[in-house]
Amino acid sequence: MPDPKNIRLKIKRQDRPDTKPYWQEFNLPHKPLANVISCLMDIQMNPVTRQGQAVTPVVWECNCLEEVCGSCTMNINGKVRQACTALVDALPQPIVLEPMSKFPIVRDLQVDRNRMFENLKKVKAWIHIDGTYDIGEGPVIPEKQRAKAYLLSECMTCGCCLEACPQFTKDNDFMGASTFSQVRLFNMHPTGAMEQEERLEAVMGEGGIADCGNAQVCVEVCPKKIPLTESIAEIGRETTLQLLKNLFLK
Amino acid sequence: MRKRKPQYIVIGGGLAGLAATMKLCEDKAKVTIVSYQPVKRSHSVCAQGGINAAIDTKGEGDSPETHFYDTVKGGDFLAHQPLVRDMCHQAPAIIHLMDRLGVAFNRTPEGHLEFRRFGGTLYSRTAFAGATTGQQLLYALDEQVRRYEHDGQVKKLEWHEYLSAVLDSKGICRGAVLHDLRTGEIFTARGDAVVLATGGPAQVYGKTTGSTVCNGVATTTSYLQGAKYANGEFIQVHPTAIPGRDKLRLMSESARGEGGRIWVPRKPKDDRAPLTIPEEERYYFLEENHPRFGNLVPRDVASREIHDVVYNKELGIGGQPMVYLDLTHQSEGFLEHRLGGILDIYTKFTGDDPKKVPMKIFPAVHYSMGGIWTDYEDDGHGLIDHQSPRNQMTSIQGLYAAGECDYQFHGANRLGANSLLSCIYTGLMMGPGMINYSKHLGSHFEDVPSTVFDQARDQWKERFEIIKKMNGKENPYSLHQDLGNILLASVLIVRENSKLEKALIQISDLETRFRDVKCLDTTHWSNPAPSMIQQLHCQIQLAKIITKGALIRNEFRGAHYKPEYDLNQPADFDPHEYVEYIEKKQYGEIQEEEFSPGHAAYMKRYEECNEQWLKTTIAEHKNHQPEISFEEVNTSLVQPRPRKYD
Repeated sequence: MPDPKNIRLKIKRQDRPDTKPYWQEFNLPHKPLANVISCLMDIQMNPVTRQGQAVTPVVWECNCLEEVCGSCTMNINGKVRQACTALVDALPQPIVLEPMSKFPIVRDLQVDRNRMFENLKKVKAWIHIDGTYDIGEGPVIPEKQRAKAYLLSECMTCGCCLEACPQFTKDNDFMGASTFSQVRLFNMHPTGAMEQEERLEAVMGEGGIADCGNAQVCVEVCPKKIPLTESIAEIGRETTLQLLKNLFLK
Repeated sequence: MRKRKPQYIVIGGGLAGLAATMKLCEDKAKVTIVSYQPVKRSHSVCAQGGINAAIDTKGEGDSPETHFYDTVKGGDFLAHQPLVRDMCHQAPAIIHLMDRLGVAFNRTPEGHLEFRRFGGTLYSRTAFAGATTGQQLLYALDEQVRRYEHDGQVKKLEWHEYLSAVLDSKGICRGAVLHDLRTGEIFTARGDAVVLATGGPAQVYGKTTGSTVCNGVATTTSYLQGAKYANGEFIQVHPTAIPGRDKLRLMSESARGEGGRIWVPRKPKDDRAPLTIPEEERYYFLEENHPRFGNLVPRDVASREIHDVVYNKELGIGGQPMVYLDLTHQSEGFLEHRLGGILDIYTKFTGDDPKKVPMKIFPAVHYSMGGIWTDYEDDGHGLIDHQSPRNQMTSIQGLYAAGECDYQFHGANRLGANSLLSCIYTGLMMGPGMINYSKHLGSHFEDVPSTVFDQARDQWKERFEIIKKMNGKENPYSLHQDLGNILLASVLIVRENSKLEKALIQISDLETRFRDVKCLDTTHWSNPAPSMIQQLHCQIQLAKIITKGALIRNEFRGAHYKPEYDLNQPADFDPHEYVEYIEKKQYGEIQEEEFSPGHAAYMKRYEECNEQWLKTTIAEHKNHQPEISFEEVNTSLVQPRPRKYD
């Protein structure tokens, strides 16, 4: 039975990318509305373990604290999620914090997700405009199509879908659901569609859509409830058509 | 000879920094962006409700001139008018550009941009993308900058911290001292100019609606290097935030723009469930006290009203300092479509569904109207000369600033949905002038002796060595919390000189305690502790700027409310009377009886107050303290007049 006046945290720490991980436990006084972030902040103010040992404060990544920036992804009680929305009262104790396992460790709970941003470059996840000068209104877009695009554009590159994906590993090139979904987003846009082929070619090679094992866990862990499996299916269809086009028309 | 390509360093990757980078790259410049974190995670993502532009798609008769008037009036006439006017005239083009970049702005049935209502105006002027407009705008610019990065024009230094500008022997900025937050390496980067696009200083107050990176440090460092800091005391307290342990999350003004109503039970400490309280027993105080603007009065007005209801009238929910923000009269489908994202946030953090029960909210520190002083050049016709290198330049030559970290656009109080606009506007507007600055610069950074850069770097290396050796008794994180609590207690919605004086002493005591700080981590890899201590040092200085400015400014203007100096506007006063008063005055003496009883005397008080205080507060670092002086405000286009939001 957990002590209602206390919060017990078990944190996997690692000093450097090339050193061994180790565990530390902390006991904190319970406070109303506490979340995992506020616990980590409390540790900063008193960095002492449950055993009374003074240690360095835990290092983690966060920024907006309202689940729109994508920074604070970590494994909490074995489930990948944002730490800011992890309310203590809704979690069984001890609360176990581990860094994401699919990205290189920087320190403690901090990992390097640069690979995700590099993938966005590979698939040209942008709209190529003529220039920033005032040439008037943008394209007319039906509200229904806009609403569909909006769901996809909420992706905050947090990496939850990749952490959960059995296909995505530290040592392969698999791009993963978030990247495929961005391809779909930009291909949907009237101007973005003009570069559709290049984006599709980019996901038809190594690490591309064909490597997806269809495990469908990505969509379960997405904090923004982005229809990732729909995106994967759609990009699968688009690439098949592109393949046929390449065969017969090139 | 090959043409020299201009090179710039942009600090911060929010809307302003990315907009500036995109614009400079379009002019073939090379840009290095420096950010604490991947730029896609910048604080601009937190902006929810929308971005203003008077496109007038609903036949309401809105225009950029009305947007201009609403903005300077909202800011209690403390903003430079040509700048605000230029921004409002550029706004429609900015929205169309962002739309072309793929921002998923909500649409009308015909597929055009949809607009909604926001505070401080009577027009539907706010374009929006669901309830995450800031996130959507930021991503669009992030994507454009990624394209330039892909093409080799942009270099990103993410996980890096800006420590200071590198100034040559003439005091011209030639680059920046940077700190690699992973390796701990301190080094310099060179450029024709440096842009600070580092956002607001919310963290000085501790728990606010700001993100953890909104620490106000880069501008304070520049102040310590000799740059002027302006209007520091003008801090916006947003009326509607959600309580939290680590942060006070914003509940967007768009909730009220879409019909949200603010109320408390008429009976003190009424503990009935809100929906069981009958209509006639609810006090819709904003609607009752401001029939015309209702729940959409500007933020300073709404925060003061809530403060009054909760503390003076003691009508907070269950005796707590909280009021209801009620959307339950709107259909669930409508709310999901127009506000989905923000209502989810409320549910995630409180467990309650705002579609079914009224939200409990209270005011929180949100935005700084003040910031580092920046220059501009008008074109002589009430707009800005976009080619001028002076635009957005700080008082240090070659050091520019844009976005929330500058001071020029929102006067004494910012209107909702104008901050996304001012961020993108400044970032884009400053580009051509910066290119001209590079072109006409007599000598470039290549001509500056390398010892200038080495010295700047070595000073910071030494400083960090000293910090790492700090081994006192004070926990820096606790000290930071104490600093925030001082400001929250004394420099918030209601300000009193006795309390402000006390706060200055408390800050100075805290500065003494700072010397006894312990650096909790002295390792050399990805160690945030030394940076945090350096940042705390800056925040203490910034707290002094804010508090001293507030103490000296003896008036009530916008977000700076000193009850002692309230001019007590007569209830039946019409602001147009003041325009008449000023006109009549030009032709001779004013006869009291020409106006309703008490009005002439009030207008005389208002006029005298403006003569003394309608000025920009300037803080300069002298003898380790902020020295305060005042500068004229450009009010050449619209006659300042008393604000009224009935």
